[in-house]
Amino acid sequence: MLEAKNITVRIGQKTLLDNVSVSFEPGKLNLIIGPNGAGKSTLIKVISQQLRKHEGEVFYNSENVHSLSERKMAQMRAVLSQNIDLAFPLKVWEVVMMGRYPHFVETPRQIDQQAVEEAMEFFNIIEMAERNYLTLSGGEKQRVHFARVLTQIWYPKEGHNRFLLLDEPLTFLDVKYQFQFMHKLQELLENKDLVVIGVVHDLNLAARFGDMICLLDKGQLLASGPKLEVLSEDNIRSVFQLEPILYRNRVKDTVHLFFE
Amino acid sequence: MKAFNNQNKAWLMTMLVLMVVTFVFSMKLGAITITWEEIQSTLSKWMSGQEMNLQERIFFQIRLPRALAGVFVGASLAVAGVLMQALFRNPIVEPGLIGTSSGAAFGASLYFVLGAVMEFNAGEWTLPLAACLGGTLSTVLVFLLAQNRSSGKSSVVALLLTGIAINALFLSGVGLLSYLARDPQARSIIFWNLGTLSGANWISISIIGAITLICLLVALRYAKPLNALMMGEDEAVFLGVNLKKLQIIIIALNVLLVAVATAFVGVISFVGLVVPHLLRLMKGSDNRFLLLGSALLGAIMLSLSDLASRLLLAPAELPIGIVTSLVGVPVFIALLRKKQYFF
Repeated sequence: MLEAKNITVRIGQKTLLDNVSVSFEPGKLNLIIGPNGAGKSTLIKVISQQLRKHEGEVFYNSENVHSLSERKMAQMRAVLSQNIDLAFPLKVWEVVMMGRYPHFVETPRQIDQQAVEEAMEFFNIIEMAERNYLTLSGGEKQRVHFARVLTQIWYPKEGHNRFLLLDEPLTFLDVKYQFQFMHKLQELLENKDLVVIGVVHDLNLAARFGDMICLLDKGQLLASGPKLEVLSEDNIRSVFQLEPILYRNRVKDTVHLFFE
Repeated sequence: MKAFNNQNKAWLMTMLVLMVVTFVFSMKLGAITITWEEIQSTLSKWMSGQEMNLQERIFFQIRLPRALAGVFVGASLAVAGVLMQALFRNPIVEPGLIGTSSGAAFGASLYFVLGAVMEFNAGEWTLPLAACLGGTLSTVLVFLLAQNRSSGKSSVVALLLTGIAINALFLSGVGLLSYLARDPQARSIIFWNLGTLSGANWISISIIGAITLICLLVALRYAKPLNALMMGEDEAVFLGVNLKKLQIIIIALNVLLVAVATAFVGVISFVGLVVPHLLRLMKGSDNRFLLLGSALLGAIMLSLSDLASRLLLAPAELPIGIVTSLVGVPVFIALLRKKQYFF
């Protein structure tokens, strides 16, 4: 369980988030959506503590983030960002192994190596293990980072949830990789202790794969809950100022979305 | 299961052997060639406390400390290069380029000129201390001024330009001091800016050796967070790195390594750039390997450069800073022209 309570973020005169309170459940794909400037990115950065200047409080497993060290946070929370600028020559497995850094002291243990191997197999990058990261394509690089981020929280911890935060991870991927990525996420969510929170731009992707949707507009939380409730004509019209056409499939629990 | 564990033991062992070989040559060759028998008799006389003859004294008081200086100074400059490149997230940063050396030179010049009249005196440690303070000041200045305020990242251009400015500032300070100085002091300053290992003695060697080994051991503990930093500051924090603490420790190690070496042997540039770069070409950028490998390869390179500086104009000497610049400048320019590194 992850909770953000009364989060307000101001930069100068501008209020980026205005008293937002929201909680996220394990075993569900929680997606944050909204138009540009709604505060999606700010909210995920407050949750990940990349942004520390804010009012209100964030709780991981009902522990206040301010009482947790960087290392302790890193052992239970992993963050996948959209554009990682890594310009040094490294082998693919060396990049993935970085995910295990919060867990070992100087050299990787057997269990760290096992996590790296399993994660690379899960993302079908095991054949590239020895390749130079700099020679990979954009889609391949993003898969390497996805594997790296997951090795960080590869093993469940008794009595605790694990947290995976996604800050627009799909921005530079084409449709095929976007779908692959979302399917992998769904597979991972069979682990019922995993809390996944993501910011996505593409409404249809959110409608297709999300379980819980958190809809932001102008720094305020407009609605949050199961996607069939949040993705209503009224909500979408008022936030995006476009006339939507929704096709709901209540049997498969999906929504498809078009605009006039 | 395949072992994803990068020890690169074979490479490190090879370099260790090469280092021992160059060290032996560095002991034997020079204006006077030392034979094996002389080395043996010197060591046995040293252990039994007997009187040494002239040849043996030359070996023990001059040649051996000098050969050791090549090893320690080379190692410390190369390790400092790795640390700076990791901290600035840029593979072309070098102690000489971002002001550490010139700051240290300024601190040392101040000591040369004002040392006699200063109230403060820490004996053998005064010169290294003055160099350390100068080096710290200049490095921190460059680090703060070159940082982009919004992203917190230093672009190469900002770094190099700030480095040029700070270098110019401190070198003109050195110039002013040597202009004001009387002849013997001015000569010390000039010798300093060219660099030479010829002044090595047992005291300077023990200080440089101790600092080098301690800093290397501490640096190895930070290889992991430095690796994480390659992906950027935010990503490093996501991986559990305490960023402020890391930055302070790495800058402190850098300054200690560069300033102490510079304090005793003068300004020697480009070792910190060329050595880590060669290793990156061979084996990638894992900082644990780079730190160990650079210590060894730095020792090899500087011992070879010192041999060249002793032998090329024998019996006269070429300042070693000139030798390393002659090798380093082409490598630096080749690096600048390479697209793979971000500019």
